[in-house]
Amino acid sequence: MNTNKNSYTLIYAVVMVVVVALLLALVSSGLKEKQNENIALDKKKQILSSLRLDMSGQDPAALYDKYIVKELVLNSKGDVLSEKRGDAFAIDVIKQNAKPLEERQLPLYVAEVDGQTKYIISVRGAGLWGPIWGYIALDDDKDTVYGTYFSHESETPGLGAEIATRDFQNRFIGKHIMNAAKEFVSIAVMKAGKVDGTRDQIDAISGGTITSKGVQAMLEKSIGQYEVFLKQ
Amino acid sequence: MSKLISDKTKQVFLGPLSKNNPITVQVLGICSALAVTAKLMPALVMGISVTIIVAFSNVIISLLRNTIPNRIRIIVQLVVVAALVTIVSEILKAFAYDVSVQLSVYIGLIITNCILMGRLEAFAMGNKPWESFIDGLGNGFGYAWILVVVAFFRELLGSGSILGFKIIPKSFYDAGYSNNGLMILPPMALILVACIIWVHRSRNKELQEK
Repeated sequence: MNTNKNSYTLIYAVVMVVVVALLLALVSSGLKEKQNENIALDKKKQILSSLRLDMSGQDPAALYDKYIVKELVLNSKGDVLSEKRGDAFAIDVIKQNAKPLEERQLPLYVAEVDGQTKYIISVRGAGLWGPIWGYIALDDDKDTVYGTYFSHESETPGLGAEIATRDFQNRFIGKHIMNAAKEFVSIAVMKAGKVDGTRDQIDAISGGTITSKGVQAMLEKSIGQYEVFLKQ
Repeated sequence: MSKLISDKTKQVFLGPLSKNNPITVQVLGICSALAVTAKLMPALVMGISVTIIVAFSNVIISLLRNTIPNRIRIIVQLVVVAALVTIVSEILKAFAYDVSVQLSVYIGLIITNCILMGRLEAFAMGNKPWESFIDGLGNGFGYAWILVVVAFFRELLGSGSILGFKIIPKSFYDAGYSNNGLMILPPMALILVACIIWVHRSRNKELQEK
């Protein structure tokens, strides 16, 4: 057989592409359900991480059911759109951020830790190389930060990627997102030695300036959406 | 069994471990050797994944070798490798999600590993499936052991730990010892690989250029 003919080459390429595409589609759809389960479980873990729980060796799904007592869907005017369990969890924050603020559905998770109510807000923004996201847990005064969790897609290891470490996340504990006049001002992420003056601040990551600025902008924008609710 | 492992097959397997090592002698796959060796764990997983993928893509290409049109053979090889890598990464996502989150970048990097294309083009296109499989294993292990040695020293000297466990005792740090930050940076991987090549060549005189 002459394998150098044009027609043979063409047919070979077409058959190969179709076979490989079919195979990959099969694998992908066969594993889809399992992968989605993993993604949901991972999201629960991330939400719980903002509560600073020790989750080692425990099932995140069970812990989630235990600690998260309510899931709310809010709008930017502070109205509760839904209290049905699962509704808030299913919200895709990326899609919501593409809509105008008045039309957005905002997820809010209400947790109970040692008898105290905590409100968990989902935040999302941009770092240096890609998206960054996280969860912020507030005390029941809707002002003091109880704990945070941040993650990222592709920040520089050792520099921007440090936002995913406990050391950075714990810097936010006890900071206030409102000023003395109860206006929403968020929290500044400042270079060591610099002082913002108008609001609470934490130290940025040396060498990770743009990611640190990204965290600051993400907090302002994402928590800002909940402003009306937080003042209620 | 005696027929399966003939002298030639043995040579095919043992060659890449030392005298024909893909990294130290053929100087292939250097790029990923720099990227994944700052810590031991990713280096191990990378070594294992590359071994599996190079072995199986070798077999597939070897089975197809007489049908592949000469003019698009590189494309065919690339499609086979890319398909295998995608399947491995999908399986990891479904059954070992945490590992896949940590390693997703590295798994994708396997597609660009020169060892794969090198072995497919140089060996699998001209040899039977069984020998190609052995050749894949040999080259995979030859690649993996260099990675593990480099990663061992980089993690030990750069982070003071092995597989994430602290090895250097606290009293050392108290006495003024500190981790060498240079070890974490990619250039140190090149220097360590160069040290391995140095030792390797001084022990195998026939590898030295005149």
